[in-house]
Amino acid sequence: MSRNYTLRELMACVAAKQLEDGKAVAVGTGLPLVATMLAQQTHAPNLVIIFEAGGIAPQLPILPISVGDSRTIHKALCTTTLIDIMDTIRRGYVDYAFLGGAQIDSYGNLNSTMIGDDYEKPKVRFPGSGGANDFGSLAWETLIIMDRHSPRRFVKKVDFITTPGYLYGPGAREEEGLSENTGPSRVITDLCLFDFEPESKRMRLIACHPGVTVEDVIKATGFEIIIADNVRTTDPPTEEELRLLHEVIDPLGFVFKK
Amino acid sequence: MRLNCNMEMKILKEGSGEIFCKNTPSEVREWTRKNKTRALIDKRMPIKEAIKKFVHNGDYLAIGGFGHIRIPMVSIYEIVRQHIKDLSVAGHTAVQDIDMLMAGGCVKNVDIAYVVGFELRGLSGVQRRLFESGEVKKTEYTNGAMAYRLRAGAQGIPFIPVKVMLGTDTMLHSPGKVVRCPFTGEKVLLLPSLNPDVLIMHAHRADIYGNVQIDGHIVKDDLQARASKRVIVTVEEIISDDSIRADPGKTIIPFYMVDAVIEQPWGSHPGNMPYKYYFDHEFTEEYLAAGRDKDLKVIERWLDDWVYSFEDFDEYLTKLGSKRLYRLKDDEFLRVKNGGR
Repeated sequence: MSRNYTLRELMACVAAKQLEDGKAVAVGTGLPLVATMLAQQTHAPNLVIIFEAGGIAPQLPILPISVGDSRTIHKALCTTTLIDIMDTIRRGYVDYAFLGGAQIDSYGNLNSTMIGDDYEKPKVRFPGSGGANDFGSLAWETLIIMDRHSPRRFVKKVDFITTPGYLYGPGAREEEGLSENTGPSRVITDLCLFDFEPESKRMRLIACHPGVTVEDVIKATGFEIIIADNVRTTDPPTEEELRLLHEVIDPLGFVFKK
Repeated sequence: MRLNCNMEMKILKEGSGEIFCKNTPSEVREWTRKNKTRALIDKRMPIKEAIKKFVHNGDYLAIGGFGHIRIPMVSIYEIVRQHIKDLSVAGHTAVQDIDMLMAGGCVKNVDIAYVVGFELRGLSGVQRRLFESGEVKKTEYTNGAMAYRLRAGAQGIPFIPVKVMLGTDTMLHSPGKVVRCPFTGEKVLLLPSLNPDVLIMHAHRADIYGNVQIDGHIVKDDLQARASKRVIVTVEEIISDDSIRADPGKTIIPFYMVDAVIEQPWGSHPGNMPYKYYFDHEFTEEYLAAGRDKDLKVIERWLDDWVYSFEDFDEYLTKLGSKRLYRLKDDEFLRVKNGGR
């Protein structure tokens, strides 16, 4: 049994487990990076971590503030250019893109651009794509981590498709010119874990976090979800995982506020 | 599979985004012949003079580094101090750099790949205000898309086919056009090339002629120097021509692309200069807080205190003080704070 933990910490631990050792991941700022570091420090020491600013295979000593700061090239094997990273992903070397966003829909389309219905005068302007659209278009699988699971963030229709999920359904990515056998594979939230049903390409609940019910997930989601036959319960974090999160990865409390 | 298609290239879908940079590769090529010296000449000059000479109202500006990493802050501060107006900016991971320019009222249009965010530090009040009101105009791209556009500009071709942005609203708010490849039949997105009027960048070192070395990741500086008409390089250190010639493979940018060389240690502060100094986190947090204040006088006062009241960057460094600056070296090398000091 581990000590008290938050669902947010648990989410990071569950997200880390989605990354297989010996594969390559292109990763974005914040929680995806926390999960990636945790994977590197636990079950996946040979995970190849790739940053869009040009860092390849670093050994991350502490959570970077930016996907381009000095930590992202700490004990790296190669430093290169942004376009070289995009070429590497397009050429098929990168298994996972690991992303977050402000809004998501049932096809895994992500919005990190704006809230509102007027592009010229949005209610809130967010950063935009950065490298997210590139990663989500080019990598084999897209893993998505969504904090604060609520109907405001899990919506029927995102206000802006920044990064492609399955767009409008099966075959849509290919129809628009994106490569076959690509797209989102997992969505990890602070309530549960989804995959995507192969036939419909829509989000499917496969596991709930301890203490969370299927009803809770349905209530927190703004679109109808598919529910797998056997919804599992995720494993709570271990003492060691919690120690790594707080003492090694994020000691300054950027993601897990103190 | 490769097809031998004999078809007209039809536009299947297109975005409505405006193209802010009007230069075409053919024009830039002609211009280069007449305006860029190939002679090995000393290009050192004061930053004041470099900005005055090469950055003009209405220019399309490219910025080196990665938003808050290896950014040319010494040039940014000088552009703000000289009140240069109506700039269009390449906003690919644009963070502290573009924020300061926007706070100073220098920016009219932005090609957006990443703006408004300070990554883990949250959103910028200054940029939210200017983008949400529509005061600053914008077109959407991605970080990859901006790099592809620069590659086309560097290569001297007017557009480039890419495999990103397809199917998204990001594409619909770009000037991209979807066509079928005449060799394979698959859909690709065409993007216009980009040849900025001027690049400002900060590097680890250069010689007086402008042969530039960068340690660590290069981001887009190589492409941006090749695509831009004018290039202003500030460096932590000027080194001898002999040291450049001893290891020419380290020269990321050759001298003939460079118009001005300025030696300015700490020139990326409060940004992170890899292998030199880490972020000045407190400085940026204070700056962000000033920008988020609803009372616009607060950010104006910040600019008075840290930009307008100084004659040059040396005065800025004096105000920061050596203790504070050296602490950033401890942070960079993950040493105990104030180790031995």
